[in-house]
Amino acid sequence: MSETIRRRNADTKMVPVPSRSIIPERDLGKMPVLECQHLGIDFGGLTAVEDFNLVVGKTEIAGLIGPNGAGKTTVFNLLTKVYEPTRGSVMINGIDMHGMDTVAASRHGIARTFQNIRLFSNMSVEDNVRIGLHNQVRYGMPSGILRLPAYWKKEREQHEKAMELLSIFGMQDMGDMQAGSLPYGAQRRLEIVRALATNPSLLLLDEPAAGMNPHETQELMDNIIKIRDQFQIAVMLIEHDMNLVMGICEGICVLNYGKIIAKGTAEEIQRNPIVVEAYLGKQKDVGEKEGTEA
Amino acid sequence: MNAKRKKLIYNSVTFGIVILAYVLCSSLYGSMSRSLRGQLIPICCWIVMAVSLNLVVGISGELSLGHAGFMSLGAFSGIVVSGWMLNGFQMENEILRLVIAMAAGGLVAGIFGVLIGIPVLRLRGDYLAIVTLAFGEIIRNVMNCVYASVEGKRLVLGFLNPSLPGKLLLNGPNGAVSVGKIATFGAGFILILVTLTVVLNLINSRTGRAIMATRDNRIAAESVGINVTKYKMIAFVTAAVLAGMAGALYGLNYSTLIPGKFKFDQSINVLVFVVLGGIGNTLGSVISATVLTMLPELLREFSDYRMLVYALLLIAMMLITNTPASRAVLNNVKGMFRRRNLHQTVQATQGTGKEKGGRQP
Amino acid sequence: MIFLSNLVNGISLGSIYAVIALGYTMVYGIAKMLNFAHGDVIMVGAYVAFCAMQYWGLPPAAALLIAMAVCTVLGITIESLAYRPLRQAASLAVLITAIGMSYLLQNLALLIWGANPKSFPSSMIVLPTLSLFGGGLTISGVTLVAILANLLIMLVLTTFINRTKMGKAMRCVSEDRGAAELMGINVNRTISATFAIGSALAAIAGVLLCSAYPVLMPTTGSMPGIKAFTAAVFGGIGSIPGAMIGGILLGVIEILGKAYISTELGDAIVFAVLIIVLLFRPTGLLGRQVREKV
Repeated sequence: MSETIRRRNADTKMVPVPSRSIIPERDLGKMPVLECQHLGIDFGGLTAVEDFNLVVGKTEIAGLIGPNGAGKTTVFNLLTKVYEPTRGSVMINGIDMHGMDTVAASRHGIARTFQNIRLFSNMSVEDNVRIGLHNQVRYGMPSGILRLPAYWKKEREQHEKAMELLSIFGMQDMGDMQAGSLPYGAQRRLEIVRALATNPSLLLLDEPAAGMNPHETQELMDNIIKIRDQFQIAVMLIEHDMNLVMGICEGICVLNYGKIIAKGTAEEIQRNPIVVEAYLGKQKDVGEKEGTEA
Repeated sequence: MNAKRKKLIYNSVTFGIVILAYVLCSSLYGSMSRSLRGQLIPICCWIVMAVSLNLVVGISGELSLGHAGFMSLGAFSGIVVSGWMLNGFQMENEILRLVIAMAAGGLVAGIFGVLIGIPVLRLRGDYLAIVTLAFGEIIRNVMNCVYASVEGKRLVLGFLNPSLPGKLLLNGPNGAVSVGKIATFGAGFILILVTLTVVLNLINSRTGRAIMATRDNRIAAESVGINVTKYKMIAFVTAAVLAGMAGALYGLNYSTLIPGKFKFDQSINVLVFVVLGGIGNTLGSVISATVLTMLPELLREFSDYRMLVYALLLIAMMLITNTPASRAVLNNVKGMFRRRNLHQTVQATQGTGKEKGGRQP
Repeated sequence: MIFLSNLVNGISLGSIYAVIALGYTMVYGIAKMLNFAHGDVIMVGAYVAFCAMQYWGLPPAAALLIAMAVCTVLGITIESLAYRPLRQAASLAVLITAIGMSYLLQNLALLIWGANPKSFPSSMIVLPTLSLFGGGLTISGVTLVAILANLLIMLVLTTFINRTKMGKAMRCVSEDRGAAELMGINVNRTISATFAIGSALAAIAGVLLCSAYPVLMPTTGSMPGIKAFTAAVFGGIGSIPGAMIGGILLGVIEILGKAYISTELGDAIVFAVLIIVLLFRPTGLLGRQVREKV
């Protein structure tokens, strides 16, 4: 991990909170956005995630890292209720998520992007964002069919909001393009915009920089911070690009074989011998066996 | 061209063509052959069937093989209600009776749409398709066992029980007899306009976008807070209601009608209209439903061979529109019209200057 | 005793459904398409056997072989002319082509053999009627032959799929067509072989069906075709044992439903059972549950 990383998080002071997590000092006294306690899930006989404890502060940028197959995406799936956890609990803004489904998770403020991009690829860029606004700018089906005044008013509102959100990434001119025809990097950015449109309090980004060149990654880092500052939300990201993780994440959580092996600030994680071992293996068994990503 | 304007033009062209066709048909009505005249109302019904099925197949992305079932429900409830109004309440006004019958047809089909949708929409893909087929067959089978009569002002329904008091309206497998033929071409035209308004306005609204989101990517739709089952249900039930209304109009266009008329083949026929017209393309559905309904009639000169020719045309059309070689030819032709458009798209992409890394990091 | 006799009749009808369903399930499993024309290949097989015996005076065994040969050629021809060009096309386009093919076969049969029903000769089946329990239970030769033929076909087919090179190729193509192609498997030839087997089975099914229910018309194949397709889905489409179990269960349910519940509602009962089964097992009795990866 080179010294040339431009530290954008240098001014954050991290403080410990119960359940052995840390959150930024500025978020003290505010309800943490996410609190996982003893979270775990089994698939058949396989324990994919076990005893996952984490607190994410209200405006924290948190990183979730670990080797392939460590269970990172499974954690995201647990948080967004794609899977129902076998054990433990998740609190979002102080509300217990037990029994919620994906739709309810979204309504309670969790938004996400996907490792393999999932856009509504046959639809336009603007429509993708408008679908993200589904629960934010509402009108009924009769208004839509009969073109009542509510329709015109809310459609305009949707359009304006969509353009505003797209302009974060300078994509406001691409509104009419088909989402599936966008270049890869733009598709990833559109996914973030769509997630933001749901007005989340926690934004989960699954490998946002995958497939981006170093320049695009730099820009993405700036934009993630910009989004956090502008919307005052928490961001949690899975990423293999250590420049990005170490550059913007305030609290980092390292996962291996479904268990948290280390938590701390970027400096602490880089110095942690267990993390180094998980990534590079012990001197003896370099050919580390990699499981499949769940 | 901006997407909004494109939609507006598409919708105007769709409505324009339908209105123009209506005006043409009604002004040429006198000079039409008897058989062609007899086709007008069925064509209206099949257009509504195709457009409504397109809502399920094209917009919500679920293959339904039982759409004729809803038409059947609409047809027989329309006939029964019309007969009840006439015999029970001496309602002589045919237009009023037709409107009530069509509303009843839509209502009954809609109720069954909800009942059927609940189990059906829990399934995916081909399994969903086979269950819609199963429901279509169940409806036909059950309609064979339903009897209805009107006694005084009372409507009597019987199941597997043909001995009902009063005037018989529905006679099990023999279907409806002595139906008052009250369907009119004008009513068909209005039903098409209503259908187009509902479907096109629905597609270009919040609800429609949510439905299309569930089609394009179910998981992503859920992740942004869209209740997938709810929106699939909206599409399914809306289509069922429209099919029920078309069914009522269809049923009231004949003096007799048997449940066997709405077999699996009819569902398939409507699906053929949808696929040939272009999945998700409403105007395409309108045109293909019209052409394909008239085609067997137009192929009259082939007499015995006409269904054979129809089958060959069907296969040929699928091969022409779907093989890579012919696709390339079609795209070239399209490209001649779209070049200007493409140019604009390229400009829009370059406009942001961020796509391909303009400067070195 | 009446129940027992109904049960035997059900198993017999079910065996015929099972043989048809095998054709559906193999084609679906390997070519990933619903071959709606399969029911009409049955009808063609029955007509050919009928002609061979009635007009050319051939013995039943020879008639059956000719019917199988004709259907095999027909199956391969249909596949190469109509389905092969659409290998990359949307599944709905293939479905409509199959429907067109079904119309084509029905109308060709109508032109060649006319609309009048033909009475299928009973000399096809040589086994005598079996009388058990002092005449309390009689099992007709057709019933016995249908059940035995079904068992034999199952045995041969399972051995073929699991033990031969072509069988292995079929399993590969079913699993992943692209990967199979990269491994040097001739996908087109494998799919052709699948159609050949499915169509030969259709000929056997046609002869069995018309021996049991000796009315032969151009539309003879369509309803049993749909029922057999239902049976294939019932058992889990793509699964060979599933097709057999689904077929037999469907036959039994149909006969028992007609005998004990209502003759008029026989078909409705069959389809209702299908729906109930799919609600509890959304991919059929033996179908594989595929979970979409997030």
